[in-house]
Amino acid sequence: MIAVRSLAKKIGRQEILRGVDLDVAVGETLAIIGRSGGGKTVLLKHLVGLLQPDAGDVWIEGQNITGMSERELGTIRQKIGILFQGAALFDSMTVEENVAFPLREAGERDPKVLRAKVREMLEVVELEGQEKKMPVSLSGGMKKRVGLARSIIRGPSCVLYDEPTSGLDPVVSDSINRLIRRLQQRFGVTSIVVTHDMKSAFQVADYIAYLHQGRVYFHGTPAELQQSSDPLLQDFLLGRSEEHLRVES
Amino acid sequence: MVTRLFNALGAGVLSLFQYLGEVVLLAAETFRSIFTRKLRWKLFLNQIVEIGLLSQLVVIITGGFTGAVFAAQAYFQFSKLGLGSGVGAVVSVSLCRELAPVLTALMVAGRVGAAMSAEIGTMKVTEQIDALRALAVHPIDYLVVPRALAIMLSMPLLVAECIGFGIVTGYLTAVHLLGINGPYFVNNMERWTQKRDIIMGLTKAFCFALLIVFISCHKGLTAREGAVGVGRATTEAVVNASLAVLIFNFFLTMFLNIIFPAGYQ
Repeated sequence: MIAVRSLAKKIGRQEILRGVDLDVAVGETLAIIGRSGGGKTVLLKHLVGLLQPDAGDVWIEGQNITGMSERELGTIRQKIGILFQGAALFDSMTVEENVAFPLREAGERDPKVLRAKVREMLEVVELEGQEKKMPVSLSGGMKKRVGLARSIIRGPSCVLYDEPTSGLDPVVSDSINRLIRRLQQRFGVTSIVVTHDMKSAFQVADYIAYLHQGRVYFHGTPAELQQSSDPLLQDFLLGRSEEHLRVES
Repeated sequence: MVTRLFNALGAGVLSLFQYLGEVVLLAAETFRSIFTRKLRWKLFLNQIVEIGLLSQLVVIITGGFTGAVFAAQAYFQFSKLGLGSGVGAVVSVSLCRELAPVLTALMVAGRVGAAMSAEIGTMKVTEQIDALRALAVHPIDYLVVPRALAIMLSMPLLVAECIGFGIVTGYLTAVHLLGINGPYFVNNMERWTQKRDIIMGLTKAFCFALLIVFISCHKGLTAREGAVGVGRATTEAVVNASLAVLIFNFFLTMFLNIIFPAGYQ
């Protein structure tokens, strides 16, 4: 479904990605973990063409999207939904208008069809009855749910999640994780979840990739990650900083 | 030190050319979209209201008081030469050719240009533009085209309104306040104001509209760094658009005066 080959990207003078290789099979859920500022979100944005690499390629369903123009990427983007870290809802539109937006842009004009589809999506994300609310009056968790409903309304084959549980309390985070799992099971989508929330990663992922210094340092199952004796991975799993190690010694 | 000075100058010039190039590319992509893509009518009509309808008070006040003060100033000078009845012609021609288009453009740049750059800039820093792109909607089609078409339609109408109100208040000031003979005022105004004066004013209005919309939208689309970045983008949009209007006005005036020469013919 998705293949990344030798992806490299600099932002300003800083090398963020230094040769990332990744494969994601159809129906698979991959969690990309790593330290803050490690390039996880930058990598995710390359997968939907929001950023263009300095080197390397990104393949989506057999098509190389590297170097495609904004208009050419339109067809590819219709197959991919993305949930942004802050949900990125259109703040001048209601919840209903936000969720219906992709369908309306695809040409659907029948208000009954739009309303029914929006209602269905809001039921999936457990936000029934919130159609008329504005994004400013939603909580963080509700915004993410609306963003998710918007990203899946066109039935994409792949959904990307950028830190879906960041800024949320543990209870709401758990409900978002369960929602991601339910979507995978119900719609069979391929999912890539960028997160530094290990509980979230273990809850949703079939495979986990650890991004370190711009490259994929580890790629395997959650069980393999937990059993790994690599000190770098162990430090990340246990939340141990270098300062913690200095104090201990 | 000389090398550093030349480096700084060179960097500044290159930066200016890059900026101008980006604005021109934005304009080109916008016009390509206008002629090849479907128009989002609801967004276009919303912008007509925002740009055209909600600028009424600003334009009426601008035109009204500009016409009045210009009539007064012209009278103070002309009456010494016994040419007081020529005030009508001077006010009318000046408003049509120069004052109405430039002052309206400056007011619209401040009001509408700021709103465009702020709104689009806020969308940029909150990833709403990335969301548009991810949903396969081109930001230029959705954000820039409706604004460009709305301002191209609205600006000439706003300038015409400004001219109208300026002439009315000019008349009221000259005739009822300063005692100029009313029929002479109107007669000279009609005699010396040609169709080409009005066409020149409306042509300038259209050109200034393009400057305002593309400079403001470009600033919004390239905004960075959160609230500070949006604030900076908004300020720069207004300043750059205003300066562009003033600079462009000179060259446009020289050029249009060849096609539409001033004076009675």
